[in-house]
Amino acid sequence: MIDCTLKNKVLNEVDAKMKKNWIEKKAEDVTVPPNLMDYQKVYQSFQWDSVSKQFEGLPSTGLNIAHEAIDRHANGLLAGKTALVWLGENGERRTYTFLEMKKLSAQFANVLISLGISKGERVFTLSTRLPELYIAALGTLKNRSVLCPLFSQFGPEPILQRLVRGDAKALLTTKALFEKKIRPLLEELPQLRYVFLIDVEEDESEQIRSLSCLMKNASDVFDILPTDPEDMAVLHFTSGTTGMPKGVVHVHKAIYTHWMSGHYVLDLHPDDIYWCTADPGWVTGTSYGIITPWLHGVTNIVDEAEFDATRWYRILQDERVTVWYTAPTAIRRLMRLNSNPLEEYNLSSLRLIQSVGEPLNPEAVIWGMEKLKLPIHDNWWQTETGGIMIANLISQQIRPGSMGRPLPGIEAGIVMHNDDGSVTEITEPNKEGELALRPGWPSMFRAYLHNEEKYANSFVGGWYLSGDLAYKDEDGYFWFVGRADDIIKTSGHMVGPFEVESTLMEHPAVAEAGVIGKPDPLIGQIVKAFVSLKTGFEPTEELRRELIGFGRKRLGTAVAPKEIEFQQSLPKTRSGKIMRRLLKAREMGLPEGDTSTLED
Amino acid sequence: MTQEQIKTAIIEQILEIAPDIDEADILPDKNIQRSLEIDSFDFLKILTALNEVVGVEVPESDYAKVDTLEHMCEYFKERVKS
Repeated sequence: MIDCTLKNKVLNEVDAKMKKNWIEKKAEDVTVPPNLMDYQKVYQSFQWDSVSKQFEGLPSTGLNIAHEAIDRHANGLLAGKTALVWLGENGERRTYTFLEMKKLSAQFANVLISLGISKGERVFTLSTRLPELYIAALGTLKNRSVLCPLFSQFGPEPILQRLVRGDAKALLTTKALFEKKIRPLLEELPQLRYVFLIDVEEDESEQIRSLSCLMKNASDVFDILPTDPEDMAVLHFTSGTTGMPKGVVHVHKAIYTHWMSGHYVLDLHPDDIYWCTADPGWVTGTSYGIITPWLHGVTNIVDEAEFDATRWYRILQDERVTVWYTAPTAIRRLMRLNSNPLEEYNLSSLRLIQSVGEPLNPEAVIWGMEKLKLPIHDNWWQTETGGIMIANLISQQIRPGSMGRPLPGIEAGIVMHNDDGSVTEITEPNKEGELALRPGWPSMFRAYLHNEEKYANSFVGGWYLSGDLAYKDEDGYFWFVGRADDIIKTSGHMVGPFEVESTLMEHPAVAEAGVIGKPDPLIGQIVKAFVSLKTGFEPTEELRRELIGFGRKRLGTAVAPKEIEFQQSLPKTRSGKIMRRLLKAREMGLPEGDTSTLED
Repeated sequence: MTQEQIKTAIIEQILEIAPDIDEADILPDKNIQRSLEIDSFDFLKILTALNEVVGVEVPESDYAKVDTLEHMCEYFKERVKS
């Protein structure tokens, strides 16, 4: 009895302490009236059909992302408004109006059509954040081809896997990336008809072309042909635990979600200056770094350079950024600065900070309140969902550590798996299970390319299963717990252990490899590989360095293991599967859990 | 520490983090992160390790001042205790 009272007392104290951290929003906190004031009311009355009136539709019939994002603005009052502000690594600043973006993307679409790249065919990009990347993305969509952006820090192996799996017909890249990562692969890519080099003045061959030459000869008028809202528009690759990356198919209709989340989560208003720091090689950088701001006719900042704390504060100040969409890794780096940014920079324009990529720790939310006088709003979604699904909103209470509540039009739940393969929704609050969504939102992925079975398996009992573990509190706020599988989240990017293991196994010294995400305070998890060696090889420091270099060369910095540890042999199940779970538990000094399937 | 010793220490740490890099590719005036594909986490690790060796801590706010091999050498040279 006493124990129980004590336990309740402790629980109440924890509860009270947590609640003390909750951030209440007051009307005077906001400088612009938010697009959503009454969450319950909007959530209950929202209809997806109502979003259709935000779009013009194609003159030739249908719905095309590029038309809604650029052309309709260029044809109207926003023609002369700045659509893109591009900040070069070396201090260059270029701006492009909606009309200029319309014409340039039309030229790129004409380039594609003149070379016979047609509807549904995949056009890949592998480039740093240059203006041409954004122009090509829009031009590809205009031509009704499919945009597949790759992260420029991928190594040749992940690039090859994706180009082959995605049936790449054309690739836009830079000379340096081409020479380093693509040229050695060309023989393995018979389907790749064209490579467009951004920074080369002359064609090298019929296949290797100069983008500027092609653009020079292309008309800047392009009438988009009829586009079905269900036509494939964007293909992103996402990592798997047991297999190679899967191509996640998105359609033009996804802009319903992009518009809605831009309206309610990013709270975009016509005069906003918006900066999304994500690279288009990841889904955030496409959905929210290209499509969403322009759907709203908002000025979009793109910075070519990688993270640099002082540079970032200066951009926020000089460009008068109002809405900033960034990632926990960057916020944690800014926290290291140990300075008072508001004393050094004029950040008075900034009114909203949103963050995505991995769960934002409560300290980061509080840091925002203290140092920037603005809370940081966490939100949740994934490549498959195409857009933000669950979020903390500018007008609503923030519970630091929580991803927020489902957006209007999104039904989220926590489900448990039953022994017969079915799932049951857990309605009891604060009980952990898998985060699931009711299918049917417009930006839901329509397929895993060439993998119908995998796609079908993602849906069980009327739910899309996210693979993330979470719980929902009494008031409908969702809290992230962990991944249900072995996928690694590093610097906000997903890395599939299988892809890394397969590459390491190609090294002549490696007998077995098991790859895990090792917790890291700065970037969430780092990719760590456990390796056992073939007979005749010694676990020397020299070999460890060689394997680190081998990983970097083949996989690229975004995917390669940063740590390698040799082990005599790796823990395996009796069927020979490496038990990553056990490697991780041992790494973290946690109990090993159920080891009944461990081989003797 | 001499300028040359500092340079050697920097190159050593870059190669420690990124053993795949050819020393000849570490050009004095090129952005280290961009030209050698060293991500910001690895760059941080390089600077942390260099703090141990050279005894100079580079605060996050000065990262832009150590963007190239040349700049990094100068930065350390100015601050290192002789």
